[in-house]
Formats: sequence, C-alpha cells, structure tokens
Amino acid sequence: MVSAIVALALLAAVFGLALGYASIRFRVEGDPLVDQIDHILPQTQCGQCGFAGCRPYATAIAAGEADINQCPPGGEDGVVKLAELLGVEPKPINPDNGVAKTEPTVAVIDENVCIGCTKCIQACPVDAILGAAQQMHTVIAAECTGCELCIEPCPVDCIDMRPVGATARTWVWPLPGDEREAEERQVA
Amino acid sequence: MSGVLTAPFRLFDFFGGLKLDYRKDLSTRAPIERAPIPPQLILPLSQHAGAPAKPCVRPGDYVYRGQTIARAEGYVSLPVHATTSGTIAAIESRPIPHPSGLSAPCIVLDSDGRDAALPEPEWPAAGDDWRALSPETIRERVRAAGIAGLGGAAFPSFIKLNPGKPVDLLVLNGAECEPYITCDDLLMQERALDIVHGAQLILHALNAQRCMIGIEDNKPDAITALQQAARAEARVEIVPVPTRYPQGGSKQLIQTLTGQEIPSEGLSLDLGMVPYNVATAAAVWDAIVHGRPLISRVVTVTGYGVAQPRNYEARLGTPFGFLIEQAGGYVDGTHQLIMGGPMMGHTVCGDEVPVTKATNCILVATDRDIAPPQDAMPCIRCGECAEVCPARLLPQQLYWHARGREYAQAEAYHLFDCIECGCCAQVCPSHIPLVQYYRHAKTEIWTQQREKRKADAARERHEARIARLEREERAKEEARARRKAQLAAARKATAGEAEPAETTDPVARAIAAAKARKAAPTVPPATQTAGDDPVARAIAAAKARKATARTADTAPAPTDTAAPPQAGANEDPVARAVAAAKARKAARATAPASDDAPAQNDSGNAAGNDPVARAIAAAKAKKAARTAAAAAGTPSDTRSAQDSASSDDGDPVARAVAAAKASKAARSAAGEAPPPQTEPQAASVSDAEDPVARAIAAAKARKAAREAGGTGTDGDAGQ
Repeated sequence: MVSAIVALALLAAVFGLALGYASIRFRVEGDPLVDQIDHILPQTQCGQCGFAGCRPYATAIAAGEADINQCPPGGEDGVVKLAELLGVEPKPINPDNGVAKTEPTVAVIDENVCIGCTKCIQACPVDAILGAAQQMHTVIAAECTGCELCIEPCPVDCIDMRPVGATARTWVWPLPGDEREAEERQVA
Repeated sequence: MSGVLTAPFRLFDFFGGLKLDYRKDLSTRAPIERAPIPPQLILPLSQHAGAPAKPCVRPGDYVYRGQTIARAEGYVSLPVHATTSGTIAAIESRPIPHPSGLSAPCIVLDSDGRDAALPEPEWPAAGDDWRALSPETIRERVRAAGIAGLGGAAFPSFIKLNPGKPVDLLVLNGAECEPYITCDDLLMQERALDIVHGAQLILHALNAQRCMIGIEDNKPDAITALQQAARAEARVEIVPVPTRYPQGGSKQLIQTLTGQEIPSEGLSLDLGMVPYNVATAAAVWDAIVHGRPLISRVVTVTGYGVAQPRNYEARLGTPFGFLIEQAGGYVDGTHQLIMGGPMMGHTVCGDEVPVTKATNCILVATDRDIAPPQDAMPCIRCGECAEVCPARLLPQQLYWHARGREYAQAEAYHLFDCIECGCCAQVCPSHIPLVQYYRHAKTEIWTQQREKRKADAARERHEARIARLEREERAKEEARARRKAQLAAARKATAGEAEPAETTDPVARAIAAAKARKAAPTVPPATQTAGDDPVARAIAAAKARKATARTADTAPAPTDTAAPPQAGANEDPVARAVAAAKARKAARATAPASDDAPAQNDSGNAAGNDPVARAIAAAKAKKAARTAAAAAGTPSDTRSAQDSASSDDGDPVARAVAAAKASKAARSAAGEAPPPQTEPQAASVSDAEDPVARAIAAAKARKAAREAGGTGTDGDAGQ
C-alpha cells in the first residue's frame, strides 16, 4: 500500500518535472497559427481583404475576426489551403473583396508620362518602385507583387498592370487533360 | 567480333527498361558531313542549363568565329560564342527549340561567308603541353569555351570538373540508347582518338585514375575504334554494355558498369564518379589543346520524313530547316518535328528554331516513325509501368497524384527521381501520356516553389518597410519632443533660471542649446547653413565637438547641442530627422519675417536629406502656389514643405487604402473652408494623404503658430 503510493507519487513528481521543464524549454513564442496563415497568404500586401496587409489579415483570421475568403490574389487554392489548416469548409471568394486574377500581373510605369511625384513609391508596400523626386520612376519587376496599390495615387495615370508572360524557364507543361478540355472548349 | 563484345570484367544490370526498335541504320550509312554555314545564325542566350548568358556585343558589331558574344551570368551559366564571322544583326526574341514553343532572347548573326577565326584565341591552345596545366586552368578554359553536356541535358561541364571531393571513376557515356540518334556513334567511330585524349585530359583535371567508356553493344564499329584508340592508355577501359533502353541514362549506365545505385535525389559524385558524354570529352580536348570554343556539334538529322538522313557537324545557331534542306528536304507525310529522340525528345514549333548545344537529333517524323497518339483510356492498374521503370518508381501512383494535382504526394512518391525516359508510357495499354503528367507535376512544383520564394521576399520587404516607417516615425516623435523641450527651456531661460552645465540629458542639452543660441545668436546659423552639405556639416560638427571639449568645465559651448544631432545626419535616419526638424523650425522662424527666397531655401534644407520629403515638398509647393496664387503664398509654401514630411507617417497600405477616402475628404474640406491667410497650414496639410498624419500635422502647426506668435525667442533662436 505504502509502496504503491510512494511509487505513484514519485512517478507523478517525475512526470510533473518533465512536463514543467518541457513547457519552459520548448515554449513557442508568438502565435504559430498566425504564422501558418501568413505563410499561406500570397503576400501581395494589396489590402483587398480590408486589412492593412497580409499579416494583419492573418492575425484577424486567427482571432476569428475575418473570414477565410477575403483574399482574391490567393484565389480558390488559397482558400482551400486555409480551410484545410483551420478545419473549416472552403467557400468561394467574397466578391466584395474583388475578383481573383486569371494570371499574374506586374506594374509598368510609362516613363514618358511619369512626372516623378514619388506618390507611387510611397504607396508600394514592398518598396518595389525605384526613383526620386522629379526623376523618372521605374518598377523592379522581380519584386512587384501586382497589388495595384500604386495605380490610384498616380496623378498622371502612367502606371499599367501588364500580365507576366511565361518564359521558357517559367513555363509549365500542361496536363494532358487540359489540352483535351481546351480543344473541347474550342469545338464548343 | 566476339572478342570485342567480351567484357573484361563482370557487368551489372539496371532494373526495368525496354528493348526498342532502334532504327539507327537510317542515319549511319554515311559519315559525318560538315554542314555549310547558313546565311543567318540564331544563337540563344540560354543553350545550357542555368542562367542565360548576358550579351556583350551590340547589333552592327563585327565578330569573328570563336569570339565571346555573351558572357556567363552567375556560376551555373556559360558564355555564348560567335559560331562564324559576320555582323550581329539583332539581339531579340526568337523561337527556340523548347517544348513550350516560346521565344527567348537570341543573338542573330549574319554570316559574311568568310568564316574568319578570331586572330588571337581567347585562351592559348595548350598543344602537347596540356599535362602542365593545372586543374583550375582547365576548368576555367572549359568554362570559357562554353562547353555544356552534349548528351542532351546541356549541363555546364566545368561544374563537374570542380567536384570538391575525390573522384575515383570517370564514366564516359557512349551508350546512346535512344532510337534514331547516332551522333555519338559516328563521332566515336571518326574521332575515337580525340575522345580517348579528352578522357585523359579530364582524368588529369579530376585527378582520377580510372575511366570507363560505356557503349551499347549495337555499335560494334564504335567499340572497335575506341578500343584501338585506347590501346596505349591503360586507365581507359572500353566497356560494351547490353542494348537496352534507357542504358544511356547516366544513373543506369553507372549501375550497369559498377553495380552501384545512385541514391534517391543524389548525384553520381556521391559515389565518387563523374559522368560525361563522349562528345563532351572530345569538345574538352578541342577547347584545351586547340583553343577552340564549342561552336559546332554533331546533329543527327533523321526520320522517314527527311529524304537523306545523316549526321552533320553543324554550327550552333543553324536553323533546323537549313539542315533538313541539306539532307534533301522533307518527304510528304511529315507530321512533326522533334528535337531529340522519339522517347525523350519534344516537338518544336517550327523549323526556324536553331541548333543549340542540346540538339543531338532532329527527328523529322512521319506516322511511320511515331504512331499518331491514341486516345487515352482509363488506367486499369495493370502495373506494367512499374515493371519497366528504371528508377523503380510507381508510375501509376505518380500519375494519379499528378492528375489530381496532389503535388506533395507525387513528391513523396519520388517524382524527382523520374528521368522521364518514357518506358512507362511506352508499355501503357491504355495509351496514357504518363510522362507528360510527370513533367506537368515537376514544372508545377517548381512554379510553386518560385512563387513561395517570391512571397517570402515580398513579406520580408514589406516587414522591412514597416520597420523603416516606424523608425522614421519614432525619429520624428523624438525630434518633436526635443523641439518642445527647447521651446520650454528658452522660455525658462528668459525668466533667468539657472541652467545645468555640460550634461548627457537631451532635454537639459536642449535647454542649454536654446540658451546658448540666445546668448550667441550668430553661431547656430553657421551650422544651419552648413546643413546643406554633409561634408561641411560634418566639419562643423567636429569643430563644435572640439569647442565643447575645450570649454567643458565652463559654461556650455554655443554649438554644443547643435553639433551632435547634425554630426550623424548622414547615416542615421534619427539624426537626419532631428536635423530636418531643426531646419523646419528655422524655416518657420524666418518665414513670417522674411520674403520668399530664404523660405524656399530653408524648405530645401529641411527636405534636402530625404528625397521623398523633398519630392512631396516640391509637388505641394507647386500646388499651393497654384491654388493660393492670389494670397501671399510664401509662408504656406514653406509650411507645406515642413508638414508634408508627416505624410510619410503610418502604414503605407492603410494609407493607400484610405487614400481615396482621404483625398475625397480633403477635397470637400477644402471646398468648405478655403485656407485663410492667417492659417496657411490648413491648406497644406489638407493634401496629406493619411488623415491621422494630417490631424497631427494640423495640431502641430496650430501649436507652433501659437508659440511662434507668443514668444519672440523662437525666432531669435532660429536666427
């Protein structure tokens, strides 16, 4: 009887210590869920979700303050991934937040029209526009997320969104079924 | 013959594979012919695996054969050479032999027909002294020669010469297992000695002791020729290997020769082996011993769709159509043009595409060569594909996952160990184009990885931007606090309070400074004007520090406080912001008293450190000038310049999202209450994009106006 109690007490103490140590040693800083959501979001920082960037939106989703279907750049795939992560049903993108783009685009500044006002530089959430006051501006295409936030501030409307064409390097082999579907669509 | 085919040691075998109908005799009847040089050559900048080369010539330049016309960009990259002499016609996008049918940047070279070689080669031909060259030199020259693997993958060869670990065995691949292709076969027959020499050279460069040349036993002439060539070289062994597709895969050949299997997603180098194609070895020999860059290669032009199939030594950049013409042109019934063989090759978009370093074969296919594709039927899970897969994968599972776009699962089934040999699709009774599914999945995964990298970069940049904006905001806050303290101190000082001596407390220092400025009003303007030039500013700061040191025990030096913030103005954004704030203060102090010119100057000073602020200031000034033309706009100009800096505040996205709202509000506000002359700040701040920033700016402005009006000390201090 005594030995049993002692043994159990010892076990409890050992496990308690082990758990206590683990909770300190392997403590996770911050909210890993926000990070996980943030990694699914496309990082365009476009604000179409109604939040000031991808991370605030991720925080809002994690806190249950925002729905998972407010990110048009992430598209249906993004919603599906978020739904998987959060264990909820996927749903179509909320049309209030905008429409998913069919292909990636990049901002292009018409250098002849640009007056060098720097407004687009201030609007760009990823510092992808290069230029100085009274100097021509240009977009670093590789860094542009296609968020379109620079379009509105431009006083002379010299910024266009252009599709990023596939190159031999970025081209994706079509699925054989896709070809058939495409042909069928053409026939129809 | 039997002697030829008897291997001196035990051969191993690889799993799976197929016996195919080779049809190689189509193109082996005639020796390699040197193809004439076409009038125009098209040289893609990316003929190799890795980053495209960067052109170093301009349209209109005259170039010689062998001259570098595009340099390698980055490590995994190769230069491009002019393959004949002539004039650069253009550098533009042209169709390239790629499955996508897309165009890519190419250098277009108009041949002048002289085919003049570069007078002085870009590196010296080593001749018989090649053994004296160090491995590093050989590597550099192999790179300068633009040599890529000529077996079809076109991986830059110099990289394999830098293994970073000991190499036991050099494997030269002469298996050439794919039907129709015979370019290596004929090269081995005709240039056996060069290949053996090339092997010796590569052994020397790798510091390896053994070389095996694996050749499928359906090429007895090549085996004989190489055995004769290698008689004097004990380190080079010629090994006939069984004819079975895909024997020429480097992993399969290594397994056959050594019995060792390359680990999943590993390299042959992990086993201490380096594989090269036989043609690559010959190209290395040419490059080192003759100083000749890779400007031509042997191309098999074959198939029932061409009149006289044969092998050509063609200059890189020769259009497919030109070579096909040399081979007697098309025969009726041609239905597709394939680069590579029928198993692993891909169709090209037209015969204007050029021969590249990867073009081993041009297959002009009729229905006799390749049966027209049959409609795919559902998979019946027969398992035939798994029986023949030389990589021992489960093609069926890969197919299901690729088809269902479950790429993570496909990867878990070792998709990237697939060599795309096409055996599975060949035996599939349902005619499912399996390889295309795998290629889709692979390219899709690469795309996703690329997008992921891009998203990560965007996140990083966004976070960096937010951090920067916060930093700037903080700096402004500090500057504001300091300014406030200065004003307060100035007031106190006029009341005759005792001041603390030399101290590190910024507030106290500010008080001291204000006092000092009042006491010696000529000194601060000196530092103020020096503010334009960072050098002058630094000098002034240094002087000030010196002066401070000298008078440390006595009353505080006049320039004491002005100096430290201005000293670091160049690097530190905080200091810069402080300096800007000071300048703004000076500007405000002078503006009511003086005329247009100094105010403009001051505003220039204020914003001079920050291009963005300056730009905004300029824009705002123009706007203000336009709108308030009737009124005396000078103060408002300056004010707007000062306050506009605050429009940098806050979150950019929030600002952009709110921009529409804000500007609308601003417009309506401007309509309701046109800026009165006594409060020019209101007009300027209404332009600020962020409502919060605008409010702050307005409040600041009001307060400043009040203070400036209330105390004359401010203006004095500024002067």
